[in-house]
Amino acid sequence: MATAYVQKDDHRQHADAAESVVVRFAGDSGDGMQLTGGQFTLSTALAGNDLATFPDFPAEIRAPQGTTFGVSAFQINFGSTAIETAGDQPDVLVAMNPAALKTNVDALREGGLIIVDTGEFSARNLAKAGYETNPLDDDSLANWRVEALNISQLTMEAVKPFGLGNKEALRCKNMWTLGLALWMFDRDRAPLVEWLKGKFAKSPELAEANIAALNAGHAYGETAELGSEVRQLRVQPAAAEPGLYRTITGGESLALGLVTGAQLAGLKMFFGSYPITPASPLLHNLSRLKEFGITTFQAEDEIAAIASAIGASYAGQLGVTSSSGPGIALKGEAMGLAIMTELPLVIINSQRGGPSTGLPTKTEQSDLYQAVYGRNGDAPVPVIAARSPADAFECAIEAVRLATRYMTPVILLTDGYISNAAEPWKVPDVSSYEPFPVQFKTDVPGEGEVLKPYARDAKLARPWIKPGTPGLIHRIGGIEKQLDTGHIDYSPENHQAMTDIRRNKVLGIAEDVPEQEVVLGAPAGKLAVVGWGSTFGPIHQAVRRMRQRGHDVSHIHVRHIWPLPRNLGELLRSYERVIVPEMNDGQFKTVLRDQFLVDAKPINKVSGHPFKIAEIEDAIAEALA
Amino acid sequence: MNVMTTTTTPKDWETDQEVRWCPGCGDYAILKAVQRTMPDLGVRPENTVFVSGIGCSSRFPYYMETYGFHTIHGRAPAVATGIKLANPELDVWVITGDGDALSIGGNHTMHLLRRNLDCQVLLFNNEIYGLTKGQYSPTSRVGTRSPSTPFGSVDRPVSPCGFALGSNARFVARAIDVHKNLPAVLKAAHAHKGASFVEIYQNCIVYNDDVFANFTEKKVAAENQIWLEHGQPALFAGGTKGLHLDRNDLMLHVVDVEGGDWEAADVLVHDQTNRGVAQMLIDMSVENGMPVALGVIYNSPAPTFEGAIVEQSSQAAQGKKADLQALIAKGQSWQVGQAPRPV
Repeated sequence: MATAYVQKDDHRQHADAAESVVVRFAGDSGDGMQLTGGQFTLSTALAGNDLATFPDFPAEIRAPQGTTFGVSAFQINFGSTAIETAGDQPDVLVAMNPAALKTNVDALREGGLIIVDTGEFSARNLAKAGYETNPLDDDSLANWRVEALNISQLTMEAVKPFGLGNKEALRCKNMWTLGLALWMFDRDRAPLVEWLKGKFAKSPELAEANIAALNAGHAYGETAELGSEVRQLRVQPAAAEPGLYRTITGGESLALGLVTGAQLAGLKMFFGSYPITPASPLLHNLSRLKEFGITTFQAEDEIAAIASAIGASYAGQLGVTSSSGPGIALKGEAMGLAIMTELPLVIINSQRGGPSTGLPTKTEQSDLYQAVYGRNGDAPVPVIAARSPADAFECAIEAVRLATRYMTPVILLTDGYISNAAEPWKVPDVSSYEPFPVQFKTDVPGEGEVLKPYARDAKLARPWIKPGTPGLIHRIGGIEKQLDTGHIDYSPENHQAMTDIRRNKVLGIAEDVPEQEVVLGAPAGKLAVVGWGSTFGPIHQAVRRMRQRGHDVSHIHVRHIWPLPRNLGELLRSYERVIVPEMNDGQFKTVLRDQFLVDAKPINKVSGHPFKIAEIEDAIAEALA
Repeated sequence: MNVMTTTTTPKDWETDQEVRWCPGCGDYAILKAVQRTMPDLGVRPENTVFVSGIGCSSRFPYYMETYGFHTIHGRAPAVATGIKLANPELDVWVITGDGDALSIGGNHTMHLLRRNLDCQVLLFNNEIYGLTKGQYSPTSRVGTRSPSTPFGSVDRPVSPCGFALGSNARFVARAIDVHKNLPAVLKAAHAHKGASFVEIYQNCIVYNDDVFANFTEKKVAAENQIWLEHGQPALFAGGTKGLHLDRNDLMLHVVDVEGGDWEAADVLVHDQTNRGVAQMLIDMSVENGMPVALGVIYNSPAPTFEGAIVEQSSQAAQGKKADLQALIAKGQSWQVGQAPRPV
């Protein structure tokens, strides 16, 4: 969801499908479903709807064709009102083969529309999907409306004039399908035609064939060849604040936020990273932005990625590293080095299902313990969490600000959902952000004075001294530092004092971030639903709906996971009950209990999919019972 | 860029920190040699950074009056890479040991060398873990008795210089902690633009004393050491012996040189750009009847990593304006004109 969209008092019911619609495209991982979904998203955005998407793809790049584990899906929820989740249940399912139907049909709402490509419903494909009989021929799909079209054949006919091979011709199926979807929702094809021309600039015949398929799919709807199951639906533009909008994914907004943060700090950026799903888009996006003073370094491993970023920070640039849980685990020791040497560093974790390799392409929030507690020694770091693709932009700037102002590593948590999902974004005016320029120490101690690389300012931050600065030569390292001088010092009282300083420096950040606000509802009452990260959307919608039904429930969304906002404990104690929905086994709940001795109750889901609004509504109802 | 005078004395490179190595440790000699060499390099202390990992050798930066970063075990090459990429003007030295560079940090050492980051890597090889009290290391010979191998180690050691050459290092040299030639090797390493790998045989007086005695002891040094110089015949034992490359078996052999006439004996002239011969020189050992090769074994410069990064970045940025507002508005966008409907 985009914060600039206006929330209406909605009672979104499926009967009123014109206010918001959920469409899911599902097919073989080679069918181009992510591309279809992405382009449909763009046309939706250009039509002025608010939207949220959920790309869901297998860990295998090209799983065996036709199998259920090779199914790739893309869900989009769009509407004329503020949209904050990808939708609980699709209204429309486009299934490009039997496996896609099998794995997705149960998610479809009762009475929803299924569009299938009968050309793929061969005996062989049915068997691969595990169907004993063809579901199109029996009554197993009786709960839904079915529009069975031979999309394969229709596509072949449409692209015939271009003389493509069989395989290449069939590749245009997704464009035919997209064309039909564009007709269904009365969308403009022109931007897609332009996009196809650009994409296939090197092989114009492919561009023409794809455009022909797109047009054919659209014409198929227009010429009313369809049965009565499919009617055209117009979704009005959503009300939004005036301004320039674009769609954005978390992978993009993080990159832009980091660039903006570095510019506000007046620093060049060094990004050390090692490819890992779902964090890699950040590396890809930043590697193109050389003109902004960004160096990207694909290191030999996760440890080298963070170690090089620490080296760059030491040398005076903004060091940034990013990964997902398994990679963050490998970076743990080096994080301790950055904490001990008190160098700024931004560490981004795009969380995925764990432990170990876990669910590489599925989303989870199960690295909160790792972020807050997961290092040897008493090793505090600030932790912040983004709630949506657009919010990741703001969080990245905040991470840079804290890292440079406090001379500390900062962990920024996002997740697979935020990384890949898209939403409309009101392009901010970057001149409206207050710069926070870094001051490197250059003044040399006077006669008889001692150099103090570990002296403290009011925020307990130490000075940042770049090698190359005359008169300030000193050494740093991972061994305990002496108060002020930074020399090696193992003495008991010094270690106690330095541990206190490192703790208090990070805790002091609570004074420098806004007090916790209540996003929705009263600041006291029967029930608070406390969330963090990408569960914002479903929690927000669930609380809204329950409030509309007259329940006393409030939504609190925490961005600053460590240190926690200074008023949060008091705020939580003003509710009779507190529940904490999380896509993990109950991690933030533990932190809240530990910090505030509140009886926070866990609501957990670790299926690799985001919460549904209805699931949280149920949890609220149960907590209020 | 530094505009100050480049004249320094060895004293200018000494810190006020108390040196905490065991008395008699070879590290003292290396420290002195480095401090003695620095004034000859025409560099300034404030533009110099010593980066180390963990181990006895890695305390080195504390004793150099330069910027220094004592990092974590095995990771000094990675930290050094970040430093050098962030500021290519800095003169970066990596100080490491056999465990730090070849066990826990082997991966980083390999990649620093193959990328050819412009820095000097000094690997203090004492064939033992000193700081953790004497366990065998990846360079320990088979049969090394240590607290973790009471019946003798059974795994075969790695050759540091062989590892470096195999990693595509463009400069590979060897020296001995107490030998007078060490400063000359250090100077050559510094003069080479790119990753310069120097293995320094270093005696651990406590846990592995005299492990290199079969070629470092005075009475065997002449027979068992050969100091190589580019363009010069590969002679040793006071010029009475030399290395001959047999074109038939493609192996090096020791030949006697009569009356200094090395040409008659067909002694090899050292060509430091010959990678094949470098490998043969590295493989020589007293055990297989050959002298230990020392000095600059291989030196064949190639473009540096940070140079290539800087060049590519400036090319990619050429003609592009760093317009942040334009960047964040990029892609297909749309304008919303009307005021929001009331809620």
